[in-house]
Amino acid sequence: MSTATTTLRWHVVCPLDRLDPDRGVAALVDGAQVAIFRTGDGLYAIDNRDPVAEAYVLSRGIVGSRQGVPTVASPLHKQVYDLRTGVCLDLPGVSVTRHEIRCRNGLVEVRLRQEG
Amino acid sequence: MTGGNVVVIGNGMVGQRFVDAVRSRDPQGRWRVTVLAEETRPAYDRVRLSAYFDGADADELNLHTPYDGVELRLGEPATGVDRTRRVVTTATGEHPYDVLVLATGSSAFVPPVAGTDLPGVFVYRTLDDLVAIREHARGRRTGAVIGGGLLGLEAANALRLLGLATRVVEFAPRLMPVQVDTAGGAMLRRYVEELGVACHLGMATTALRPGQDGAVGALELADGTLLDTDLVVVAAGIRPRDELARAVGLEVGPRGGVLVDDACRTSDERIYAVGECAAVQGTCYGLVAPGYAMAEVVADRLVGGEATFPGADTATKLKLLGVDVASFGDAHGTTPGCLDVTWTDPATRVYAKLVLSDDATTLLGGVLVGDASAYPTLRASVGGPLPAVPLALLAPEQAAGAAASALPASAQVCSCNAVTRGDVDAAIAAGCADVPALKACTRAGTSCGSCVPMLKQLLDAAGVVQSRALCEHFDVGRQELFDIVRVRDIRTFSRLIAEHGRGRGCDICKPVVASILASLGGGHILDGEQASLQDTNDHFLANLQRDGSYSVVPRIPGGEITPEKLIVIGKVARDFRLYTKITGGQRIDLFGARVDQLPQIWRRLVDAGFESGHAYGKALRTVKSCVGATWCRYGVQDAVGLAVALELRYRGLRAPHKIKSAVSGCARECAEARSKDFGIIATETGWNLYVGGNGGFRPRHADLFATDLSTEALITLIDRFLMYYVRTADRLQRTAAWIEAMEGGLAHLRSVIVDDSLGLCADLEAAMARHVTSYSDEWRDVLDDPDRLRRFTSFVNAPDVPDPSITFGTERGQPVPVGGRSPSPDGRQPVTLGLPEVRR
Repeated sequence: MSTATTTLRWHVVCPLDRLDPDRGVAALVDGAQVAIFRTGDGLYAIDNRDPVAEAYVLSRGIVGSRQGVPTVASPLHKQVYDLRTGVCLDLPGVSVTRHEIRCRNGLVEVRLRQEG
Repeated sequence: MTGGNVVVIGNGMVGQRFVDAVRSRDPQGRWRVTVLAEETRPAYDRVRLSAYFDGADADELNLHTPYDGVELRLGEPATGVDRTRRVVTTATGEHPYDVLVLATGSSAFVPPVAGTDLPGVFVYRTLDDLVAIREHARGRRTGAVIGGGLLGLEAANALRLLGLATRVVEFAPRLMPVQVDTAGGAMLRRYVEELGVACHLGMATTALRPGQDGAVGALELADGTLLDTDLVVVAAGIRPRDELARAVGLEVGPRGGVLVDDACRTSDERIYAVGECAAVQGTCYGLVAPGYAMAEVVADRLVGGEATFPGADTATKLKLLGVDVASFGDAHGTTPGCLDVTWTDPATRVYAKLVLSDDATTLLGGVLVGDASAYPTLRASVGGPLPAVPLALLAPEQAAGAAASALPASAQVCSCNAVTRGDVDAAIAAGCADVPALKACTRAGTSCGSCVPMLKQLLDAAGVVQSRALCEHFDVGRQELFDIVRVRDIRTFSRLIAEHGRGRGCDICKPVVASILASLGGGHILDGEQASLQDTNDHFLANLQRDGSYSVVPRIPGGEITPEKLIVIGKVARDFRLYTKITGGQRIDLFGARVDQLPQIWRRLVDAGFESGHAYGKALRTVKSCVGATWCRYGVQDAVGLAVALELRYRGLRAPHKIKSAVSGCARECAEARSKDFGIIATETGWNLYVGGNGGFRPRHADLFATDLSTEALITLIDRFLMYYVRTADRLQRTAAWIEAMEGGLAHLRSVIVDDSLGLCADLEAAMARHVTSYSDEWRDVLDDPDRLRRFTSFVNAPDVPDPSITFGTERGQPVPVGGRSPSPDGRQPVTLGLPEVRR
């Protein structure tokens, strides 16, 4: 069982209108690659690294839903991840770290979480 | 006696093998060898004779090796043997011997039919015969082969390759009567006729008649039919050349051939005979392998050995006219009480027969036509117990591809993840009712995805009723969705899913809708909401590689490119340090580009006149070509011109799956057009169109669809074919599977797009015309638009920072990825076929 800790700092990433609906972008936050998504349900941030393929590509996947859960599918081998939790819905035991994200004054901000 | 003079009469394959065997067993050179050859060429590979018509020259077929102590006298046939003085005489002298080896081979049997001495009548035996056939065929149009055995079919293919309309006349009621049974012969006939070779079986030729120029002009058959032909090849069998042996009083076998014992010694202990002229214990062998064995036996005897001829395995496996044919053991089931297991599949055109012992436990022999992949296992099992149930033995590959229900539980359904049929069945029994559930439960289908159709078949086989729903967001399949979008004129995914689906879509339905919108002229694929539907490849107009970098493939229509353009590609590759590879589709692939480099790369390529090759899209990829009549000695039409025209016509056409094509300028098929979704092969008078071929996981040759088309008629048919495919195929269904799944198959397709049985053709043609006129290059459009260009950065908050995860090493002087999953610590990729089962 792992626990999550949160660093204190919020980083401004970009204006909200820089994010296309239902599409992701990658951002560099404190040297970490974060995949950021804007969907009809809100904003999500997870690690950009695909843990199966070990390449930094999750931000380029197709955004969608599975039984109401907002998802992204890895563009490499199509495993689907729950955007809210980072849990892989196709492979038991696989997940990516999720990060905190919010929009303030039209700016998207991210706060990193690290698995401890 | 372990030294002296050995004279060899004959320098065919077996005679040469004997020389090689003596030289390797007698390195001290105690035997001096003299070879007397009738032909003026040294030994060549007669088995591959037909390769001569396929572009091989005489040098490639050469088998001759010069040795010290071996004198080869070409064009000097033996005329007599004086057994008392032990000398062989020729027209120019005498050659004394201590040991004489007869390797005179066999000659073509020409039946006693009037007219076989006419000009234009040939046998198929020597390179000189082939040269003469080629010479006579020049400017002529039709040819006939008398004899439908192995050699006859080979000759028929040769005539085809020379561009002659070809027919085969066989006395027996089936082709290859010696090797193949009735049903196998019938299957073989279908293949042969499909190649345009007409077969007249159960028919004797009674005479050859001259034409106006004095050369052969017609064949007369026993039923009185006269068949026009400009050239005849007689391939009615072979006869051992034993005339010299008979003349000097050596014993011959009951059906001819120089009689020898199991040491290959004739009735004169100083004289041996090997190969097709020899009758070992009375039996002649018309195959090269037994002849080689005899050559080794005699060479061993010369150096004091005790070798004997072990008897011959007459099993044969051949590829005749592109058809696999194999025959082994007791192929005709002559063993008393034996049982047959046969398998005939008209759809995949495979025939297989196993002959089993009366208790069905021992394999005695068999026949395979159409797919001989099981031959090695089967031949190895002759005389022993069956290694598996007969059905699995007969069609292991078909079983995996087409008849999943016949798979044993141990068969690997997903070789990427080592998932067996047993695992899949267990998951179904545990409640998995669709493909996504099976993927999640077993991991089958989660890597390369090529086994997904098989997962569906296994669900079918288990009686699970599957919905045709595309995914959880749409209850209809791709075809219905296409119709909905078209009829209701829907232009956005959000409207489509709001009115006809549910949820927010996914990686299954979004690219399908993107493809449908693009096929219906929905504007640039990155415009507005469409951008969110695209798979990453379409989103970045480039191909995602395993490390997160992309490859770039500019279009090179028909594979034709100027030196200036080659130089530009070279400079771009050098300046951006891209790994460069020529692809199988006649293009140049540039690997290792970061997202932020793509616009810079394309700016230079577009400026040089290149456009997108759509290697990223489910779209038309390439139309491959040979050089055709412009350069090739054999080409009969302008293959490059047609390939360029077709590639430009269909570029950018979005489809359910990628589409590939090729154009060959003659029947030699150098462009491999029959492995494509649609392929074109030039004929003397026009084009033959083939459809439904593909490479990949389940390779399939395309079927002949229409013949001798004008260029205009050809393009009309392809327009209809492609547009009908785009409109009606399932998601990710290639043309082959689309046709196979169609009720009525190829005949139905023909009625729809040739005879217009559904009244669709005008509509299909108009849709293609709209595609052709509205085409514009996607990359040029991106470069012209700052809004679209904005997407091409690695990081939204650091547009100038390159992705640090993408790094390169060097292999063979070129960059290769370091990031991404490295398959094993030493960097070697495991072979994923047939992985041992791993329990998790």
